[in-house]
Amino acid sequence: MTKITFIQPDGESQTVEAENGLTVMEAAKLNDIAGIEAECGGACACATCHVYVDEAWRDKTGKAADMEEDMLDFAFDVREGSRLCCQIKITDALDGLVVRVPAKQF
Amino acid sequence: MIETTPAALEVSDISEASETSGPIETDAIVIGAGPCGLFAVFELGLLDIKAHVIDILDRPGGQCAELYPEKPIYDVPALPVVTGQELTDRLMEQIKPFGPQFHFNERIDGLVREADGRFRLTTDAGTEFLAKVVVVAAGGGSFTPKRPPLNGIEEYEGKSVFYSVRKIETMRGHDIVIVGGGDSALDWTLNLAPVAKSLTLIHRRDEFRAAPHSVEKMRKLVEEATVRLMIGQVTALEGANGHLTAVDVKTASGTERIACSAMLPFFGLTMKLGPVANWGLNLHENLISVDTERFETSEHGIFAIGDINTYPGKLKLILSGFHEGALMAQAAHKIVYPDKKLLFQYTTSSSSLQKKLGVK
Repeated sequence: MTKITFIQPDGESQTVEAENGLTVMEAAKLNDIAGIEAECGGACACATCHVYVDEAWRDKTGKAADMEEDMLDFAFDVREGSRLCCQIKITDALDGLVVRVPAKQF
Repeated sequence: MIETTPAALEVSDISEASETSGPIETDAIVIGAGPCGLFAVFELGLLDIKAHVIDILDRPGGQCAELYPEKPIYDVPALPVVTGQELTDRLMEQIKPFGPQFHFNERIDGLVREADGRFRLTTDAGTEFLAKVVVVAAGGGSFTPKRPPLNGIEEYEGKSVFYSVRKIETMRGHDIVIVGGGDSALDWTLNLAPVAKSLTLIHRRDEFRAAPHSVEKMRKLVEEATVRLMIGQVTALEGANGHLTAVDVKTASGTERIACSAMLPFFGLTMKLGPVANWGLNLHENLISVDTERFETSEHGIFAIGDINTYPGKLKLILSGFHEGALMAQAAHKIVYPDKKLLFQYTTSSSSLQKKLGVK
């Protein structure tokens, strides 16, 4: 099991354990993390699972692919470290991953 | 989310000619041209129930066409893998014998029961229907433009913030800000540049999803200084009484205030339940409650199938929607043909069904 921490805009943090092979979005949905909507169900067809990957983890999660970048155009307040978390696959290398949930998904 | 071309989002100057002398009379109205709505046409057709299909998008397929046209689906029986577009194309072929009539770019707004028991339905474009049964196959609801979560934006909508433009002339002389990087944003940049007093295109990155030729044209206008391109994100609106005076744009070098009198944000489409909520149907968490024998709503003669309905054990799968459509059609038959006894038949062996399908 891999630990992932979600930090809400108000600073509240929740650490969940997730199985490798799932996506960070699925881990969030399984654990009822607030603010991760995932309207399209993980098809990279919306932008409602937007998160900010903590700076220390950006090398490990890698960068958004072209299709994901296109979808990020539909997210609000995109910053460095912005990712759609349905596109981040959980592996051992991500154990301890910290992501921040944006104030708004839209 | 996905963008459609601007024409798909609004009524253009010419298409207002779609008025008819009276309401269109038909057996069934199917609301939504997604896979479940399309297959409902098939099941209704086998039982001699004629249908008109209404969809807010400009083409059939619903979410399959709008969200996943290129993405593979692996759980449609007998099709190990099929894309959303292929599935749509095949369903369109399958229902062809029944000659359904489509009304795209329209949304059913009003639904009332007439004294004779039929339903009168009205679209946002003014088209009227009289139908014996209504099948709500509206999926996640109707696709509507996404509203950027900017404080107070509602106050400006329709006055100085627009998600579509009906008449280009209404934008003449305005200081226009267009936000987005897809085809809608770029098309409107090109269309409105000639009439605008000034036009600023704002996008979060210097890469555009829009068709390359539109991007090229836009770049040329930027070179000629007809259009200003800003790489950044709108963070706040400035103005009063619905009239925009400026927007704040966060760029790499800080926040800049851009004076403007109109803003057009193009952030794609999202699904909203929409007018369905006003038809007096029993809803449960924005879904329509149905029984599992007829898939009928709390209102006799109005059925709901596919993603928009709910019942114990509901799964939002295309295959479930197909099953729901088949049972719905049996129940609809009792309403459309109250005096006819329905004989259960197989397409494999029934010559009457084969005749309807045009294969005999």
